[in-house]
Amino acid sequence: MKFTITSYGIAKDIVGDRVVVVETNSNTVGELRSWLLKSYPSLLDLRSLFIAVNRDYAEDHISIKESDEIVLIPPVSGG
Amino acid sequence: MIQLTDKPIDVNAVISAVSNSGAGAVNVFIGTIRDSARNKKVVQLEYEAYEPMAISEIQKIADEASKRWEIIGFAISHRTGILKPGEVAVAIAVSTKHRQASFEACQYIIDTLKEKVPIFKKEVFEDGAEWISALNEK
Repeated sequence: MKFTITSYGIAKDIVGDRVVVVETNSNTVGELRSWLLKSYPSLLDLRSLFIAVNRDYAEDHISIKESDEIVLIPPVSGG
Repeated sequence: MIQLTDKPIDVNAVISAVSNSGAGAVNVFIGTIRDSARNKKVVQLEYEAYEPMAISEIQKIADEASKRWEIIGFAISHRTGILKPGEVAVAIAVSTKHRQASFEACQYIIDTLKEKVPIFKKEVFEDGAEWISALNEK
């Protein structure tokens, strides 16, 4: 399946572009996370990596579909 | 009022947004850019935000604050873009009937924003730049 992934902050630097389209058999956030860590090993250096699906922080068991808005959220630092 | 802006923040507008004759207190937090960090001179800070989710997460924080304290008015304006030392990165105003709630709610809102809201800043020094708090300690 093809997922459109948007990245912010240092995650964007690691992934290479604000928006990428990736092809993977992942069905859940957790599976996508594993795939991402293999494809972009520098993500392992981050203190944290949350994945948001449709503008909500999503736990690993959450299913994903191609039309979902999927965003990589490295450590936040607002304020 | 919840606003993300790439223009200088109008702090007076944030305060006006919460003004209410039922309020006995208006508490304001202003976050500003420091000129040094970890003994290095800061050239600028660069902020970016996952805007729609930043707004929805701030709304969740405001809703939770309203459950914990009796809030009459709440307003926030947060910058994106490039900020120099001395500039205002964020302004939060909370109005309440009595002052204790205004101090507590305002602190809760900024503390929780810093944990939850998808806004990111990069510190730029003369000799390099780094995304704040991003990497594991080596």
